[in-house]
Amino acid sequence: MINEIGHFALVLALFIAVIQSSVPLVGASRGDGALVGLARPAAVAQFLFIATAFFALMHAYAVSDFSLVNVASNSNSTKPLLYKLTGVWSNHEGSMLLWVFMLSLFGAAVALFGRNLPPALRARVLAVQAMIGVGFLLFILLTSNPFARLFPVPVDGNGLNPILQDRGLAFHPPCLYLGYVGFSISFCFAVAALLEGRVDPAWARWVRPWTLAAWVALTIGIAMGSWWAYYTLGWGGWWYWDPVENASFMPWLVGTALLHSAIVVEKREALKTWTILLAIIAFSLSLIGTFLVRSGVLTSVHAFATDPMRGVFILLLLSVYTGGAFVIFAIRAPSLAGGGLFAPISREGGLLLNNLLLTTAAATVLLGTLYPLFLDVVSGQKVSVGPPYYAATFIPIMVPLVVAMAVGPLLPWKRADLWAALGRLKLALVVAVAAALVTLVAAGVHSIGAACGLALAAWLFVSTMVELAERVRLFGDPLGGVFRRAWRLPRAAWGMTFAHAGIAVTIAGITGSTFWTAENIVSGKPGESFPIAGYTIALDAVNEVKGPDYNATRADMRLLKDGRLVTEMHPEKRFYPVENGNQTDVAIRTNLLADVYAVIGDPDGKGGWVLRLYYNPLVPWVWLGGVAMALGGLISLSDRRHRVGAPARRRREVAAAVVQAAE
Amino acid sequence: MSLASAEEAPRRRWIFALPVVAFVLMAAGFLFGLDINPTVLPSPLIDEPAPVFELRPLPGQPHGFSNADLKGHVSLVNTFASWCAPCRMEHPVLNKLAAAKRVPIYGIDYKDTGEAGQKWIETLGNPYAAIGVDNGRVGIDWGVYGVPETFLVDRNGRIRYKHVGPLSEADIEKTILPMVARLER
Repeated sequence: MINEIGHFALVLALFIAVIQSSVPLVGASRGDGALVGLARPAAVAQFLFIATAFFALMHAYAVSDFSLVNVASNSNSTKPLLYKLTGVWSNHEGSMLLWVFMLSLFGAAVALFGRNLPPALRARVLAVQAMIGVGFLLFILLTSNPFARLFPVPVDGNGLNPILQDRGLAFHPPCLYLGYVGFSISFCFAVAALLEGRVDPAWARWVRPWTLAAWVALTIGIAMGSWWAYYTLGWGGWWYWDPVENASFMPWLVGTALLHSAIVVEKREALKTWTILLAIIAFSLSLIGTFLVRSGVLTSVHAFATDPMRGVFILLLLSVYTGGAFVIFAIRAPSLAGGGLFAPISREGGLLLNNLLLTTAAATVLLGTLYPLFLDVVSGQKVSVGPPYYAATFIPIMVPLVVAMAVGPLLPWKRADLWAALGRLKLALVVAVAAALVTLVAAGVHSIGAACGLALAAWLFVSTMVELAERVRLFGDPLGGVFRRAWRLPRAAWGMTFAHAGIAVTIAGITGSTFWTAENIVSGKPGESFPIAGYTIALDAVNEVKGPDYNATRADMRLLKDGRLVTEMHPEKRFYPVENGNQTDVAIRTNLLADVYAVIGDPDGKGGWVLRLYYNPLVPWVWLGGVAMALGGLISLSDRRHRVGAPARRRREVAAAVVQAAE
Repeated sequence: MSLASAEEAPRRRWIFALPVVAFVLMAAGFLFGLDINPTVLPSPLIDEPAPVFELRPLPGQPHGFSNADLKGHVSLVNTFASWCAPCRMEHPVLNKLAAAKRVPIYGIDYKDTGEAGQKWIETLGNPYAAIGVDNGRVGIDWGVYGVPETFLVDRNGRIRYKHVGPLSEADIEKTILPMVARLER
């Protein structure tokens, strides 16, 4: 019964979306307030019906209703409740339902919280968003119905891939989708602005918080995904340039560019058409990612079980939305152009450089991801593009980006003096050179790559701190004044500081894990000890233990440093009988500077087990940096100008110069 | 919008159409791409004799792998590498096949250091009758595009079938083992 309610709710949501996508548009063009006013309740109603469907499916998973094909093939009665619930989005149908759920959630949020938007613009945004909803609801109902019944009803289900039964992974897809789908709002704002034929600073101020929210979610989603890969796949790596990872990374790069170009529109009324284009591209890349993952055109470890019919359908949707938006762009954007001239050495010049490098980086990743497919189409040749390609193309783009990123925030708007800005970064340069030298001395001359990486991280981190220190006048003023200024600094400025510092921390983490990972792969019996990077791991026992739905071989290890116990570690190798699959449960001991990482492998046939021990210096920083970036985004999101849609009130006590620099 | 830019606009109108042109090309690529199964590869080497080669052993192993090993019996030749994620997924399947002793499996450690290959089999188990380390040259002769790829070689040393991507248990049951049985008759 509840399943049928869910199914019908989805159908009703489709009809509401059809109305929401058409009536408000007519109203906005005719200036009919009643029709325009329909957009908000329609968006909320669409959300409520999709939420009903979503929770109906979740209920079916919670009670293990195997009369649904979807539940029977992706769940099992012995699963812990958490993994029953997260099973909802572990498969194609359920994850598409999550996708439209997020989409309607964003729509409802715009309807409820976008009170400061002009009604006509809001109606157009919601109408465009409903168009996306119509397409994807049709897709679900016609090709991927999660409520399809199964008869005869099986006694138990097939279970969930053990690799997906993980607390971290449980929340990785929702974050990722929140990011992907969040960019739909930027997209809708862009299309609505093209329809209205008007882009102004107010538009940029409205679009930015939604982009920021999506960006924060995507940042967390990507970080969680790579963290999950790190601790479950069991060989210490955390990024593979897999097509599906790229599919999430490309919208992130373009979304980052969009965040920065929207500032230029807001402050200088420049880069308008470019910003519109980025907004369209960011969401289009999310759609392309959806297409790549679900159509089967590329091979990837992540790809869903595929069906050619679905591939054609998603390609059709992609063509309608992306193609349609680009056509409107081609027609309308020329009349939006203007205000495009500015000095190359200025804040806006720096932001333009940021945009060019970020979009080039995204294009590089896109090329690497699609090249095998297109070469196959054109010539029938098969190639694979791997990490060496990305190392050779992506890093050379990122290095100047990071170098410039340190300088950009120090440049004033309109016209700046590059040498003066660089002069203020003497300290950063000294620290960067010192970091490189210390690395070379401590780790040897062959570690030139590591020295460059750490120097880059130090350069960016110190520059970001210098910018903050200057802004609050850390040196030269009494401490009280410093605190007052720090408190009154716009939240957006704090957000930037956190995000840029986060990038620096992540770069250091990437450097450490790329150059200094140590491993010791041994075959050991209980009672033996093994060295790993100055630590000793003592294997005390190996036992068979039983989990809720798995059997595991569990090692009892002690991690020792200079003979003193640091911690106990218990890596497991689990076997899931229902799914007939193995899963590694890694034991990680971190002190936030480095991880000791232990894995138990197969028996060696001589009474011992294969143990893989790794020492991964600075690896936690990869994700700490990600957390700092997301935190920066959240802080910036709370900036006053996003909440009230008005520039910050100037206060008399604050020196005008500080305000100017902050803006 | 300033007046000046409005006058300027028509001259560069075509620039604004570039995204839609680029997208149409990409979508066309996707459309044709849908007809291609990325896991099926034509191999010009099918029914041709396996290339002549001699590969060095992994460090610590007594012998490498050469085409002399393939004479007189049906065999599988599997390319793998320690840097290859799908190979890790495939490895337990190979271990299981080796344990069943239906057909000997030979390994080419492709574009990999021997040390990493040695660690690989120490860690994950060794299903191979013999392993050779290849710097990439022999892989080209075999027509390897990307690892893992698996070749079925008959008792006269001819390549009879090529599988691209990780082998699943279903591939082994439904394709590989029936072909092995046919070739052994």
